[in-house]
Amino acid sequence: MLVQFFQRTHYSLLLLGKSKEAEIKRINKELANIRSKFKGDKALDGYSKKKYVCKLLFIFLLGHDIDFGHMEAVNLLSSNRYTEKQIGYLFISVLVNSNSELIRLINNAIKNDLASRNPTFMGLALHCIASVGSREMAEAFAGEIPKVLVAGDTMDSVKQSAALCLLRLYRTSPDLVPMGDWTSRVVHLLNDQHLGVVTAATSLITTLAQKNPEEFKTSVSLAVSRLSRIVTSASTDLQDYTYYFVPAPWLSVKLLRLLQCYPPPEDPAVRGRLTECLETILNKAQEPPKSKKVQHSNAKNAVLFEAISLIIHHDSEPNLLVRACNQLGQFLQHRETNLRYLALESMCTLASSEFSHEAVKTHIETVINALKTERDVSVRQRAVDLLYAMCDRSNAPQIVAEMLSYLETADYSIREEIVLKVAILAEKYAVDYTWYVDTILNLIRIAGDYVSEEVWYRVIQIVINRDDVQGYAAKTVFEALQAPACHENLVKVGGYILGEFGNLIAGDPRSSPLIQFNLLHSKFHLCSVPTRALLLSTYIKFVNLFPEVKPTIQDVLRSDSQLRNADVELQQRAVEYLRLSTVASTDILATVLEEMPPFPERESSILAKLKKKKGPSTVTDLEDTKRERSVDVNGGPEPAPASTSAMSTPSPSADLLGLGAAPPAPAGPPPSSGGGGLLVDVFSDSASVVAPLAPGSEDNFARFVCKNNGVLFENQLLQIGLKSEFRQNLGRMFIFYGNKTSTQFLNFTPTLICSDELQPNLNLQTKPVDPTVEGGAQVQQVVNIECVSDFTEAPVLNIQFRYGGTFQNVSVQLPITLNKFFQPTEMASQDFFQRWKQLSNPQQEVQNIFKAKHPMDTEVTKAKIIGFGSALLEEVDPNPANFVGAGIIHTKTTQIGCLLRLEPNLQAQMYRLTLRTSKEAVSQRLCELLSAQF
Amino acid sequence: MQFMLLFSRQGKLRLQKWYVPLSDKEKKKITRELVQTVLARKPKMCSFLEWRDLKIVYKRYASLYFCCAIEDQDNELITLEIIHRYVELLDKYFGSVCELDIIFNFEKAYFILDEFLLGGEVQETSKKNVLKAIEQADLLQEKTETMYHSKIFIGFKKAY
Repeated sequence: MLVQFFQRTHYSLLLLGKSKEAEIKRINKELANIRSKFKGDKALDGYSKKKYVCKLLFIFLLGHDIDFGHMEAVNLLSSNRYTEKQIGYLFISVLVNSNSELIRLINNAIKNDLASRNPTFMGLALHCIASVGSREMAEAFAGEIPKVLVAGDTMDSVKQSAALCLLRLYRTSPDLVPMGDWTSRVVHLLNDQHLGVVTAATSLITTLAQKNPEEFKTSVSLAVSRLSRIVTSASTDLQDYTYYFVPAPWLSVKLLRLLQCYPPPEDPAVRGRLTECLETILNKAQEPPKSKKVQHSNAKNAVLFEAISLIIHHDSEPNLLVRACNQLGQFLQHRETNLRYLALESMCTLASSEFSHEAVKTHIETVINALKTERDVSVRQRAVDLLYAMCDRSNAPQIVAEMLSYLETADYSIREEIVLKVAILAEKYAVDYTWYVDTILNLIRIAGDYVSEEVWYRVIQIVINRDDVQGYAAKTVFEALQAPACHENLVKVGGYILGEFGNLIAGDPRSSPLIQFNLLHSKFHLCSVPTRALLLSTYIKFVNLFPEVKPTIQDVLRSDSQLRNADVELQQRAVEYLRLSTVASTDILATVLEEMPPFPERESSILAKLKKKKGPSTVTDLEDTKRERSVDVNGGPEPAPASTSAMSTPSPSADLLGLGAAPPAPAGPPPSSGGGGLLVDVFSDSASVVAPLAPGSEDNFARFVCKNNGVLFENQLLQIGLKSEFRQNLGRMFIFYGNKTSTQFLNFTPTLICSDELQPNLNLQTKPVDPTVEGGAQVQQVVNIECVSDFTEAPVLNIQFRYGGTFQNVSVQLPITLNKFFQPTEMASQDFFQRWKQLSNPQQEVQNIFKAKHPMDTEVTKAKIIGFGSALLEEVDPNPANFVGAGIIHTKTTQIGCLLRLEPNLQAQMYRLTLRTSKEAVSQRLCELLSAQF
Repeated sequence: MQFMLLFSRQGKLRLQKWYVPLSDKEKKKITRELVQTVLARKPKMCSFLEWRDLKIVYKRYASLYFCCAIEDQDNELITLEIIHRYVELLDKYFGSVCELDIIFNFEKAYFILDEFLLGGEVQETSKKNVLKAIEQADLLQEKTETMYHSKIFIGFKKAY
């Protein structure tokens, strides 16, 4: 009847709730009603109290906050009626925080129920303690519960609850649970006839044994004999504790887990029995399944994996270790994704055992194949981890090569991690340092954006410290820099290395000093300020290394763009270096600009980065044994990272870039509610209506076409700032949300919305931001962008939040436009016109004649064309007043060459803009975007 | 186990059980993040994923996702079967359970869960024993309900 009553109320709640507002209204009315009942003069009877407390719970579970009713729930606890008590306890378990002021009252009621000797009441009280588990509860009951647990006349079900209740209290406040006589009696619960009691007790014993191994040492032999009885029992022996033909899988797993708290048993008889158990479990894995149900194989394999964990933990029986490895090898090719995942994971730990390392290595081809073919990124991640774990001197070149090739297509979420892994392996197992240099340069080429400073600092350190590789490094960076588009990190490494060791290759006329300088300087203008600063230092080093290029370099330093650079650092370097090069004698120059001294041999900065995260104490024995095997491979005494799990934790900088382990959020709007067929879905948490675009956002949007940073939107409450960078078909945008008020924003939810047309062409990945933005605070969101194919529309950024009592909803267009994926292309006049003619098909050309909206200033126009992303080609157009540009739009699927020509007509205050690309839609879109700029 | 969440395909939370102390704010944050993460995964994908420093084990039954967070050393496969056993228990109790059963009889869903899992650990795996405990409680409930019935009936008579 109670149920029916509720259903009626709930249905009416649901049916009336046509919209969020209507729902809130309806619920507020209901809450007001309940509040008045609770506050009314008439004392409520137990039934009504229960009814209203239950309603409050229901409303809470619908996602609304409940801030009253606690007292009434506490009152229900002392009722003699079971159902009232039960609802009271449920409310407390779900809604009461462990630090509630009511705890004393609650504890009182619990105390009474525990003393009642009524097993159902005792059960309720114990469940409540186990759910809330606060320190106050531990203070009140930690002494009492062990007595209940070991008392002879306690009912089995109460024993079970008492065991797990004590476990919860021990986890909260271990200091409050006194060890004592009861511990030995708890250990003997492993022998209890009731398997439910054994199941509950095993969890408790495991947790206690982890902290007090001596006290619970006797549990080992008891656990072994219990396990032995289970694994040898026929599938029907254990009746209801058999699960899909597997005898007591939960208990088996728990017992195996308990044994992992201890080293292999010393007593040969116990040890022999345990080995038998483990062998039986391994044998059973080879038997044909007793059922085709997935539950059967899951339960069986759950026990198997736990047994393998124990075998690995003991790490003492080579025979078992190799068998475990073979078994996992079979799972690597299993059709169940779950098993492949777990096999890869378990093998990672096996790889670190010296007994099974070689056996794991035999599966290398399968693992590499998994890396290439698995469809689930979390499985591929495990494959990367395993390759890293199984890597040693013998297979390092192969594994590093495979990881590098995987990196080309790897998910953003794991790129930085793979980069770190490759960098570490390449260094650790480098026999030949030319291989190391090649590998790191490849890394920068393939995934430059994900190469952190530590990685390229380290390559420079190593090159400086090893004179046998310096000439090779100089030659290789010189060659790598020839590529028309190379990553800024390569320019940094190249600049630094040529500045130190450029002289080693200067004898070759193909890499003469002047050619080296020109090559570096051709990249200069495309680089950021820190890189330019580094290049200026390279130039002054060149002045010392190669006196013949001194005048050329002095000219560069003297130019306005250096000496009067708006950036203080660049200006200062230019002034000082220029001065140094003019006044200092050759001797002084040689002293000041001497080759860098070797870096003190210290541990790899990359490893330091990992270790900082994990703490140095986690460097384990097995890594040491591995290191011994690979001793004097790299001459560096750096300890290896603790384990692969250290790797899978994103580094601090990874977090910063939003490349952590969190899987990508869908770029589209959140799954819309409603229409799901269920009545309840009319209660939607998210307002499903997206606000129309904010006024003025169009203008702001246009401003970002030629620049990447600035304020996108601002009103009285909120400021949205952007900072973005793009390279080839990828980009990253940092969105900064600033709360301009002194009040919190609640439920702050920014959503990126790509229309159906846009979605296949533009891939956006981001993580949700913290829903609360404090007054005056700024939160940051990172969006990873991939241009899959050319696109026209811009994504919309919708922001919803609560400010004071009001709901705010703002939408702005996010300035991710096709031109952001431009790569400028320099070309000579004749090339330009040759290509221009090739693109003469009418569909390839789009032209627009329009009136100037801004003053027609040549310098501003030039800056805009460069900001637009194309190269500005000088001396190409016969009419010097015209501007021509060229570039390549990079998308994942294709690259599109673009040529543009802008002809100003000062008298008429008009422009004619012509775009020619191989794709009509691209010409069209670029023309639109650029036309709006002048 | 650190917590268990049940949510619908539309992302609505249907049941939450936390075995570690967390503030309401944290709970909401975790829920939002996880629901989003799990819903974004495709059907054939692996049932396990790493999330923060926890392992997430999830499975979908009809319109409902069951999602558990376990610790590093915990066993994924047995957790998957914890989920299944819980579904079996609900199914047996309600008679082919559906999402609405859990919405409208949330208290039963909680009681069954508490009999099965306590403090994040498996307490009783026998289906019979768990359901016996729940049925006993229901019996106690019926007794009181009958009492109310008669009471209300009497009250009704008196008024007239």
